[in-house]
Amino acid sequence: MTEATMNTQRKINLRRFNFHVLGPLLALIALIILGALLNPNFLSYGNVTNVLARSAFIGIIAIGMTFVITAGGIDLSVGSMAAFVAGVMIMCMNALIPAMGVGIPLIVVGMCIALLTGFAAGMLNGVLISKVKIEAFIVTLGSMGIYRSLVTWLADGGTLSLNFDLRGLYRPVYYDGLLGISWPIIVFAVVAILGELIMRHTAFGRHCAAIGANEQVARYSAVNVDRSRTATYVLLGTLVGLATIMYVPRLGSASGSTGVLWELEAIAAVIIGGTVLKGGYGRIWGTVVGVLILSLIDNILNLASIVSPYLNGAIQGVVVILAVVLQRERKTAD
Amino acid sequence: MKRRTLLKSAMLAGALATTTAAVAQDESYTIGVAIPSATHGFMGGLNFHARETIARVEETYPQINFVLATAGDASKMVNDVEDMVATRDIDALVVLPFESEPLTSPVQAVAEQGIWVTVVDRGLSVEGIEDLYVAGDNPGFGRMAGEYFAENLEEGDNIVVLRGIPTTLDNERVEAFEAAIEGSGINVLDMQHGNWNRDDAFNVMQDFLSRYDDIDAVWAADDDMAVGVLEAISQAGREEEMWVVGGAGMKEIIRRVMEGDPQIPVDVTYPPAQISTAIELTALGLVSNTPVTGEFIIGSQLVTPENAEQFYFPDSPF
Repeated sequence: MTEATMNTQRKINLRRFNFHVLGPLLALIALIILGALLNPNFLSYGNVTNVLARSAFIGIIAIGMTFVITAGGIDLSVGSMAAFVAGVMIMCMNALIPAMGVGIPLIVVGMCIALLTGFAAGMLNGVLISKVKIEAFIVTLGSMGIYRSLVTWLADGGTLSLNFDLRGLYRPVYYDGLLGISWPIIVFAVVAILGELIMRHTAFGRHCAAIGANEQVARYSAVNVDRSRTATYVLLGTLVGLATIMYVPRLGSASGSTGVLWELEAIAAVIIGGTVLKGGYGRIWGTVVGVLILSLIDNILNLASIVSPYLNGAIQGVVVILAVVLQRERKTAD
Repeated sequence: MKRRTLLKSAMLAGALATTTAAVAQDESYTIGVAIPSATHGFMGGLNFHARETIARVEETYPQINFVLATAGDASKMVNDVEDMVATRDIDALVVLPFESEPLTSPVQAVAEQGIWVTVVDRGLSVEGIEDLYVAGDNPGFGRMAGEYFAENLEEGDNIVVLRGIPTTLDNERVEAFEAAIEGSGINVLDMQHGNWNRDDAFNVMQDFLSRYDDIDAVWAADDDMAVGVLEAISQAGREEEMWVVGGAGMKEIIRRVMEGDPQIPVDVTYPPAQISTAIELTALGLVSNTPVTGEFIIGSQLVTPENAEQFYFPDSPF
């Protein structure tokens, strides 16, 4: 290899590094500066906590989504699934009150039910996709409708509410925390760190990327494609369960309008973060940045009211596209 | 209680009608009911009342059959309506248009075949198609809330407003609200869309609370949004500082008004049971000579701790 080719190689690496990694981060920093200029309360402890805590649901789900997309899949059912898991969890907890009484054990049981329901729902998606070989888009489009209808049916078209006393006991899981950092933020951070470790430092993470890049090659390289692919959906389902555990204590209710469009927000966050939509390459940190960008846009628009609220959606669209343009621009120039 | 008395009179009229129509008893009628599916608390209540009313009317008038179809979007609703005409040979159609524009010409086609058409809640974009129009009073809904704010706040007090999904319906309410508080010196700090959704309203209210140190009242404009707003206020520990007015008549909110909760002093009704009015009147028109053509606007009422009991339906999902 000549010095010249090595140089170009390094240059390309440098550029890719710059724009793939820094693009979304720059957008995030720009948003933070903009927010701070527009409103002095933007960087206050209260506002930062609010934004991070409300990002946690989508954030936890988006980290699972990063694995699914990296392995070349997609899951459209996560929003409905979250509503369904929340509904099942609330109904079970209410039903168990006479047997178990209002107490910590019941809340722990409720949490286990949420994780198990999420696990089972993810498993169902995963098996239909990898064993029955139906397109991920179709399977999850179907289960999206199924879970949404089921929760509406369970709630009889209304709202499922957690028992009042139980809710009082459960409430601190969203509103309290450790050393002034609320639990959803801590859980989100832990999930992100574990996600990064799994993606970068385990065989499973590399298998996901391999399957997403080229399924045939992965198969010939002795990767158990079906099992790894199912595992990505199971992981995502379980994380939906985890997000629901954080979500239920917030308002103590679930209805047909819970989690609407969460799937698109999660997918958008993953793509803004630099994960490739067609698979083969995933970035957990990018996803975290993507989630923060999305919730900051909303927050800033509410704090500043610089434009008509009718245009909020348009502003979001522009920022999402810009964030992706920032990271893709130079790549095509190569 | 209004609903009950209306029912009673309908039943009374029904009893009369059955005796007079006893001769023509073998003539049977089919009424098609097309409504949006239960995706929001209000629609959930509406579905509940539709099913309940259908069961009751079928019992009162054995000669009337019903076809109920719920649709998740406008095009499914168009299909439902076309199917009802083609395969079930309906005599009357009760429809709550998912959206006005796409439903206008299909419903017009139904009316042109001589089928009785009752339109509920959302008007069609061409006037004069329907035989009967039953709806809540959207400007009245906003005005009622606005008048309460104007009476109970002082000049210079600050409020924030949460709006619904951007639609004509929402605009009518907000315009009437603004007109009602005009000249009262109440200061509207900001209006943002909470999309009639608890989670969205929670986020918007959190942001209002971080942005403004002094808020005296909140017009949440919807009971689902009020739930999210109240939670955000209690998170910030500012319950003492402001009160909240929602709207529609969700049972949990009505109960809190009934108990005299200082945080929710009143509520404004926009009854989902309006579908019952529409179905009952349509049935009445078919089986009797009672004239039911025209418009039936159900006024919004102010629910106060004194009268809350008559708006409380513990069995309804909403």
